[in-house]
Amino acid sequence: MSEKQCNCAEVQEEELYPRLEEIIMEHRGKGEDLIMVLHKAQNLFGYLPRKAQEMVAEGLNVSLNEVYGVITFYNFFSTVPQGRNSVKVCLGTACYVRGSQEVLDKAQKELGIKVGGTTEDRRYSLDVVRCIGACGLAPAMLVNEDVYGRVKSPHLMNIIEKYE
Amino acid sequence: MVKMTINNITVEVPEGTTILWAAKKAGFTIPTLCHHPDLTPGGQCGICVVEIEGIPGLKRACMTPAAEGFKVKTHTQRVMATRRQLVELILSNHDTDCLTCIKNNNCELQKLASTVGINVLDYANASRQRLPIDRSSVSIVRDPNKCILCGRCIEVCGKVQTVNALAVNHRGFDTVITTAFDAGLGNSVCINCGQCVVHCPVGALYEKSATDEVWEAIHDPDKFVLVQEAPAVRVQLGEEFGMATGSLVSGKMHAALRRLGFDAVLETNFTADLTIMEEGTELISRLTSGKNLPLITSCSPGWIKFMETFFHDMIPNMSTAKSPQQMFGALAKTYYAEAKGIDPKNIVSVSVMPCTAKKFECLRPEMNASGYRDVDYVLTTRELGRMMREAGLDIREMPDEPADDLLGDYTGAATIFGATGGVMEAAVRSAYRLVTGKELEDVEIKPVRGLKGIKEAEIDIDGTKVKVAVAHSGGQARALLNKVRDQIAKDGKSEYQFIEVMACPGGCVGGGGQSWGSNIAKRARRGESLYEEDRSLPLRRSHENPSVQALYERFLEKPNSEKAHKLLHTHYYKRSTVDGKILPTK
Repeated sequence: MSEKQCNCAEVQEEELYPRLEEIIMEHRGKGEDLIMVLHKAQNLFGYLPRKAQEMVAEGLNVSLNEVYGVITFYNFFSTVPQGRNSVKVCLGTACYVRGSQEVLDKAQKELGIKVGGTTEDRRYSLDVVRCIGACGLAPAMLVNEDVYGRVKSPHLMNIIEKYE
Repeated sequence: MVKMTINNITVEVPEGTTILWAAKKAGFTIPTLCHHPDLTPGGQCGICVVEIEGIPGLKRACMTPAAEGFKVKTHTQRVMATRRQLVELILSNHDTDCLTCIKNNNCELQKLASTVGINVLDYANASRQRLPIDRSSVSIVRDPNKCILCGRCIEVCGKVQTVNALAVNHRGFDTVITTAFDAGLGNSVCINCGQCVVHCPVGALYEKSATDEVWEAIHDPDKFVLVQEAPAVRVQLGEEFGMATGSLVSGKMHAALRRLGFDAVLETNFTADLTIMEEGTELISRLTSGKNLPLITSCSPGWIKFMETFFHDMIPNMSTAKSPQQMFGALAKTYYAEAKGIDPKNIVSVSVMPCTAKKFECLRPEMNASGYRDVDYVLTTRELGRMMREAGLDIREMPDEPADDLLGDYTGAATIFGATGGVMEAAVRSAYRLVTGKELEDVEIKPVRGLKGIKEAEIDIDGTKVKVAVAHSGGQARALLNKVRDQIAKDGKSEYQFIEVMACPGGCVGGGGQSWGSNIAKRARRGESLYEEDRSLPLRRSHENPSVQALYERFLEKPNSEKAHKLLHTHYYKRSTVDGKILPTK
């Protein structure tokens, strides 16, 4: 990325809060609607920024900790923004025995993020999946919709760097 | 009543009784871990399982109600093997360095492992993650490596105190009890009350200790180390040494502190009497002007942070009087230093408190009216117990000694500060005199005593009716204050003129700094002991305290004087419901 980082992502995010406010208004004081509201909020932002969590807690009259507990319990919810490209390493049995852990370790090291994280420039998000039905190609990896088989850790970055 | 058998012994118990209590009646103690008598059973740990004839599977005794004709077996082979396995699984993910654990010898898990007969750890090699210890709070330390996820802390923080600082976050093997955003207790809405600490069965929650610093000060020949002790400490310290719950040890406590090496042994009770003079005078002036009623007490630092966070619209109603601990601190390095000819910079001011929130209070930036940190270190009752054991002192062997002069005298009105309703009762005893010029004949105001959630009374001060209310615990305070808010919004005023709030159930006798294993029954017993001390004292009204009278004559002039305001009164902040930090003023 160039030195002058574009901050349009943040600007756009600020513009979404009035819409979150509208969603919350429909459920004001209804703690039992928490998961539904969080779903809608995540659809809006692509993830659940801290400020959105605080607004949901306040609006639904539940404690902030309850909101945080629900978000961290369900895999569906994410507290970090998703990158433009989603890298998913398969840790299913076949891939695992063929060395996908090594691929994953390499990905974490090269991208400088942990599983579930997003690079600072929001270019990549890294996750693991449990079997994508490509066991014959083990170890397998997904970048967005594209499947890569027989991935060896030295070649990993050659694949990933194709995605802007 | 329902009739059932426990291990073939017939018992009859009232409907709704759990099998756990029914078994107790039959003479069998079923082992438990997550269960606590004051909290709603959650059934997280499963240790209390029993077999019931005709019912498949094992049932948890803590949450299964007794039913007519039940045939319960509490220690079959299957039950005992299950219990052992459950304890082993808990231990497989538990930091078992018991010898260096703060809870060594007081740990419920340690006792349970011995009770159910754990002699090998079959899962000892299971991989365990080491999580960072949360030291972000100035009052409470949280060690997740010791946590067994029983949920007692969450139950008491959320349901009893309605603070919700702690919750179960993340999932599966990563499950951890933390604050929102894992920000740490010091960056959360935690009010430092320490109820999580006294309810924790293991060493996952404990006070941030000040014993090393206090020992260092005591052994520094250039320092003059003085100590004050809160009312509730004297009815609890004995329990640290195996005395009966609620044993009153005021004199022995003074003797022990002197033997530990403190240069002057003084009394928070002295400034409790002083608080009444300041707060009582404030009450009279508010009743006269009719403004900012009800007046709300300000002795409990847990309550203060609770109010600053959740009820900061009530700040104008708060008494501006500092808590007795902080009044003492401000006087120790001014009045006392002057009178004794000691340079205040060489004074180290220590307090012994039943409270973890007092550690937060003494560090509040504004608590430096003397020109120095008014109170340097706060020890909990538990920490004093530990220091005494280190020094080879046993409270039972101490003689009875009085406190030292100037800041050491106290009346019965001061000592009852430690029980819920005590501040209210003490204030009324003196307010009566301040308004009427006459003494209140019967000083005992029974309706404000005891452990009922919210207590109300109407006090007749020579024809003027004053409606008062007392709440103890965050939950009761919230309920009462919501009512007051609604009344003010609707009618422009509340039915109450004076409200006492203590953050902990039972008041200070149930504080977060008291011995491990606190429960409602013990809190009640300690409170009764304070009322007994009150009855035994020759002076029972704060304005009769000769040392308080001398303090006003020689130093402060009169209650609410300019000097009194500078040293003995304070102000409050609005705090965020996200992280508990002070909100910027507009």
